[in-house]
Amino acid sequence: MSRTSANLPFTLLIAVIVVAAGAMPALSGTSFELSRYLTNAIGQLAAFAVLAISLDLIWGYLGILSLGHGLFFAIGGYVMAMYLLKHSFVVTGTVPDFLQFMGWKEFPFYWAGFDVFPYAFAVAVAVTLLISGIFGYVSFRSRVGGVYFAIITQALVYVAMLLMFRNDTGFGGNNGMTGFSVLFGWPMGTSGMITALAVASLLALALVLVACRRLVGSRFGALMLATRDDETRLRTLGYETLRLKLIVWCLSALIAMLAGMLYVPQVGIINPRVLSPELSLEIAVWVAIGGRGHLVGAVIGALLVNAVKFWLSSAAPDIWPFILSGLIVLVVLVFPNGLMDLAKLRLTRPMGPRRMATELEEARP
Amino acid sequence: MSLTAILVDGLTVRFGSFRAIDDLSLAIDYGEVRAVIGPNGAGKTTLLDVISGITRPKQGRVLFDGGLDLTQASESAIARAGLRRKFQKPSVFEGLSVRRHIAIGADVGFRSRLDAPALEDRVSEVLETVGLTDQADRLAGELSHGQKQWLEIGMVLASDPKVLMLDEPVAGLTDEETERTAHLVRALVRPDRAIVVVEHDMDFVERIADRVTVLHEGRTLFEGSMDRVRADAAVVDVYLGR
Repeated sequence: MSRTSANLPFTLLIAVIVVAAGAMPALSGTSFELSRYLTNAIGQLAAFAVLAISLDLIWGYLGILSLGHGLFFAIGGYVMAMYLLKHSFVVTGTVPDFLQFMGWKEFPFYWAGFDVFPYAFAVAVAVTLLISGIFGYVSFRSRVGGVYFAIITQALVYVAMLLMFRNDTGFGGNNGMTGFSVLFGWPMGTSGMITALAVASLLALALVLVACRRLVGSRFGALMLATRDDETRLRTLGYETLRLKLIVWCLSALIAMLAGMLYVPQVGIINPRVLSPELSLEIAVWVAIGGRGHLVGAVIGALLVNAVKFWLSSAAPDIWPFILSGLIVLVVLVFPNGLMDLAKLRLTRPMGPRRMATELEEARP
Repeated sequence: MSLTAILVDGLTVRFGSFRAIDDLSLAIDYGEVRAVIGPNGAGKTTLLDVISGITRPKQGRVLFDGGLDLTQASESAIARAGLRRKFQKPSVFEGLSVRRHIAIGADVGFRSRLDAPALEDRVSEVLETVGLTDQADRLAGELSHGQKQWLEIGMVLASDPKVLMLDEPVAGLTDEETERTAHLVRALVRPDRAIVVVEHDMDFVERIADRVTVLHEGRTLFEGSMDRVRADAAVVDVYLGR
């Protein structure tokens, strides 16, 4: 069946990720060792790829565009930062900058227990589910969809940003949180830790990819596509699409949260800028460029756009916004399905321009 | 089980100041094919919208099988009770295969309740009935207009509905396809099933309908066999033409 042809890029991608995850620690100490900068960059890209998958799941497969996914990414990021600061404080006695800045003697009461990772993780999951659950339920129940939903999510992430910019909330305010020194009892910033974080991110990416692949290939996945294509039709066949949308929406939020938890220890800082509407918009751009409704496309989109960004933001930071906007225009006008359109073009016309010329010849009446 | 599948009682639907359905009452029995005809804006599709729970009426009740009031039930609950509808514009899931459509229609739930072989048997049976066996693995987006119509009929048929609503099943079909669809509809008649068809093609209606309800401005203008409908002066005047 046609499924096998779609399997090849997916299998290849998983193979590349797993090989990269295995090669990084194996090569350390040899002359092929990757630089710390590159290792760190790969780890961050993997976290972004996970974030892209989370959006693709609801946008590409369910037809719900969120322009506020930075919110769930930030929840994961902030909780991870809280764990890191509290844990570092317990191990080394370092008082976080933001406490000193506010002139506070001790952590606010709601920081209690954050030095224990399982507790912090449970809090991240609970907060993510609570916010995504309530917001999703209210929106989907009143059948808010399409562009209206996208605008509300954008407003939601903006409100969260304004909140986190306040210095008196106890989450670091506009300076955010930084100065993480210990993770799971190990010192941060060493080559070993950088490699370990990158490998963990790559493995998480592979796991999320495989899990999502299984989901979208199942009967439930078919119902997701059916909801995307014609929700009323599916409802009048007896399906509770509200429940289906809510389940996928919350799952997507959890994956974005996971991406945030992987990202923060690798950049070593979190501040309210992750909640800026620009970042949330950018996630949608990665997915649009890679190809909505293709897991591989979302990953490639995230990697490609961010790789170019990493490179250009040091080489020519001023032109980056123009390049990004240009890419969006190109995708919207020429490749509505992103790079996946390009892939199809290559498959159907393997000979390139020459073959195209003959086809044009044949098409002539 | 009562004899009457659907009882519409004093139904009024308003869109702003426009009365799409105006104090309408009618009964549709099990075992019959009922055609609902009338000029554009007569309220035919609105009636199906109310029965399938998409539109909420201003007044009145619609009882299914003498019990469930459809004006109070959700679309999915209505469908699960055994009322299924094909929409006017062929509504299929472009990204799914023909086979998947039938499986989704045959078995409601996020996980399949039927075991795999039973579901497969049912899917093959329905595909055979609507004549799409050869297209089973194609994506719905690739089908012709007529094939999409049959696919949607197959999808709503797969659950063995007690009430089957077909909104313009032969719109845009060739004569040959219309002929095939007429055979299909007659083959679906069963003593424990009511079939409601909204259609503009009078020859088609004549071939399939046991009784015809003519709607005009949200009210019943006439009810009876097609022969008598054709002979009725008022119907000729507002709809059929001379």
